[in-house]
Amino acid sequence: MPGLTTFHLVFFHFIIYHYLSPLNGGERYVGDKMYIVDMQKVTKIFGELVANDHVDFQLRKGEIHALLGENGAGKTTLMRILYGLYQQTSGDILINGEKVIIHSPKDAIKNGIGMVTQHFALVPPMTVAENVVLGYTDSFLLDRTAIEKKVGEAASQFGLDINPKSIVRHLSVGQRQRVEILKALYRNAKVLILDEPTAVLIPQEVDSLFETLDRLRKDGLSVIFISHKLDEVTKITDRVTVLRDGKSIGTVDTVDVTQKKLAAMMVGRDNFGVTRQNEVNPDNKNILEIDDLCAIDDKGLAALKNIKLSIKSGEILGIAGVGGNGQKELAETLSGVKVPTSGAIKINGKNLVGLEPSEFSKFGMGRIPEDRHEGVVGDLTVYENLALEHLDEYSQKGFLNRKAIRENAELLIKNFQIKAKPTDKIRTLSGGNMQKVLLARVLSRQPEVVIAPQPTRGLDVGATDYVRQQLLEQRSRGAAVLLISEDLDEIFSISDRIAVIYEGEIVGIVKAQDATPERLGLMMSGALREEV
Amino acid sequence: MEINEKPRWRLIKTDNPPFWVKPLIPVLALIGTFILTSGLILLANANPFDAYYYFLFAPLESRVSLLEILVKATPLIICGVAVTYAFATGYYNIGAEGQLYAGAMAATGLGMALVGVPPIIAIPVMIAGGFLAGMAWALIPALLKVKLAVDEVVTTLLMNSIMAYIVSAVLNGPWRDPNSGWPQSPDISPTAVFFKLVPRSRLNFGFVVAVVLIIILWIVMTRTSFGLKMRAVGLGKPAARFAGINVNKTILTAALISGGIAGIAGVAEVAGIHFHLIGELSPGYGYTGVIIATLGSLNAFGVGLAALFFGLVDTGAQTLSRAMGVPVYLGEVTQAIMLLVALGMLLLQRYWIRRM
Repeated sequence: MPGLTTFHLVFFHFIIYHYLSPLNGGERYVGDKMYIVDMQKVTKIFGELVANDHVDFQLRKGEIHALLGENGAGKTTLMRILYGLYQQTSGDILINGEKVIIHSPKDAIKNGIGMVTQHFALVPPMTVAENVVLGYTDSFLLDRTAIEKKVGEAASQFGLDINPKSIVRHLSVGQRQRVEILKALYRNAKVLILDEPTAVLIPQEVDSLFETLDRLRKDGLSVIFISHKLDEVTKITDRVTVLRDGKSIGTVDTVDVTQKKLAAMMVGRDNFGVTRQNEVNPDNKNILEIDDLCAIDDKGLAALKNIKLSIKSGEILGIAGVGGNGQKELAETLSGVKVPTSGAIKINGKNLVGLEPSEFSKFGMGRIPEDRHEGVVGDLTVYENLALEHLDEYSQKGFLNRKAIRENAELLIKNFQIKAKPTDKIRTLSGGNMQKVLLARVLSRQPEVVIAPQPTRGLDVGATDYVRQQLLEQRSRGAAVLLISEDLDEIFSISDRIAVIYEGEIVGIVKAQDATPERLGLMMSGALREEV
Repeated sequence: MEINEKPRWRLIKTDNPPFWVKPLIPVLALIGTFILTSGLILLANANPFDAYYYFLFAPLESRVSLLEILVKATPLIICGVAVTYAFATGYYNIGAEGQLYAGAMAATGLGMALVGVPPIIAIPVMIAGGFLAGMAWALIPALLKVKLAVDEVVTTLLMNSIMAYIVSAVLNGPWRDPNSGWPQSPDISPTAVFFKLVPRSRLNFGFVVAVVLIIILWIVMTRTSFGLKMRAVGLGKPAARFAGINVNKTILTAALISGGIAGIAGVAEVAGIHFHLIGELSPGYGYTGVIIATLGSLNAFGVGLAALFFGLVDTGAQTLSRAMGVPVYLGEVTQAIMLLVALGMLLLQRYWIRRM
């Protein structure tokens, strides 16, 4: 036996404190009266922005507690404070009734807090076991078989179905998430923070995640579930704390509330939601035609395989699929940023393949970038960003027409209800306002085709509604809209037809009224193919 | 489970340092440098306070040394401007030194050939020639960058060594001064020499060129669509590409402008100061240009101020050594330390010290 390793310490710690102490009425482990995490009047100020305003948050042992709120409500900030990524401006954090100061994730881990963010911190070429012990070993040499055994034991103990020998690169998103959860538990986490964990999963994976969480809850683990999806919150959680504009609106038992009530608490108003009106009026003219489009990804692998799609005027075609199945490449190819290896992209019969991105927009391709932050230059101002795509129109003999640029910015800010001054740097804007800037830049030119990849990712309910409404307006204006989204609700709420993409292929196209989540879910996982 | 850790001093990062921090940096950098260099100055048997007086204030008191500050600042301003074009576009041109020599060689060649040509023609021709030569020398790394994505920091740096040997070869070969036999070129035609701005000083037309280049930099960066394109590419390549800006073309153009302007610095040194080419024409102006562009935050007027400050320190080092009999190297040591302290301050301005 290679001596007492960290793993043993952690393992025994876990067994002793987790299982035995409660039986002995151990003082460290608290019943319902004391909270495992108690954040008191936590305030966080960034410059002039009050991200958290005297927020109280209490987590009981063995509960799944939702932190619900729109984006920008302060959920993630609050949890980053708990995980030591930020320091609170004022307020206290108590763990098991004792006041603690958490400077860094290291301190948080020491206090039994683990966090799984939306962007996984895994090293793809390494094995699951290596990823799990990474940064958590105390010996110089790494005994691969030993750690694989330990990690495997831990995985089966927590009921997480993962092979410790698998290379992370080969795992699905859902499996990677499980590795992240295992990583936190392996570090002896008693409190697991999950930041929007379902955003990247297909419906079947969500079910499996919920089963895991349910089992962990029964084992006495506490879970903080950050979300803005009401159905998930009501399905899995015990209690819900709602944040709005940095303030805590209240904590309720999930059984006592309806989704409608929660939505009202979250947005501060009663009615919300945008849905497709059933006035399908496409004249029979195809505006956008994509023929046998093939493209390779950054690694040179086939990312798009003979994509064939067409969209009529006044129609929204939704592309559903799990992230990483070619959506990014499809959007980039249609935006002119990526050059396809073969195939054609035609707007009203004119083939755009081979043209510059600026010519794509000239021929009527309205391009909303997939990654907002890659679509704007954060350190330039709002008015500069609004002019960036059409600089030739805003300059004479190479000199900028600053007056025209300013006037254009002011007009668009007004028309698109952007909450910003023209001279603000883009990076100071919220995600919703950033997206409005991008929408304004594109939609104000009345493009014939609108490419909208993940247009509401990371946006709050209000901004999401706004974006969907804008897309519907483009549809009634007669534009052909291609909506690429990993959010099935979004696809269902505004698409006229739905195509499913799987491993770079369109595996089925269905009318929106014929589609069900189950059927799409099967297609998204590659289990079902329909005649195209 | 350990819970309470004692509060201790920590560095806390902040994204928006308050407005009063920036003007404080030079002052704090001076104080820090003073503390760090006092020991050395004492070792040289001098009083640190006197030394700093000669170093920083004495040059400002006489007209002669004031003019000398401007003379010293001229190549620094031009190189700072040159580097700024490249850095603002996200192209890290460390090759201004080599491009400067390329411009200097062109100026020398043209200057020797333009015998009897009136200054009104000779001077613009030399400047244009220096610009083109600097551009040509910058072209190779720039093409490698945009066509093959070869890291420009490495290539531009290596091009400097190549240019140093080319200059040395030329000075020991075809251009060796036939009269003295030294490895230096014959003098350029007197009509090609930059005229003096102030009689009986070294201040010449080169300083006007430097000031004009600063103003042009400001106009290009803030008022032209090409400036906006360069900034967009420098600050966010993906967004620039998405907006339809031809990123590679913008980088290539900025790299060439940068090289061309660095070439003009060489012209100014040959035509304004030395009147012939020597191997020691530049004591690293091209490299100092990188520091000046960085200290000046890629802002036209910041670059001007930083270059003037370096001119002051350069002049001060000589005043100091003359007045107190300490080695001139002490001035260089002080300069280098000041630089490190200032760069450290620029980094540290984003942090607060807090006890928590």
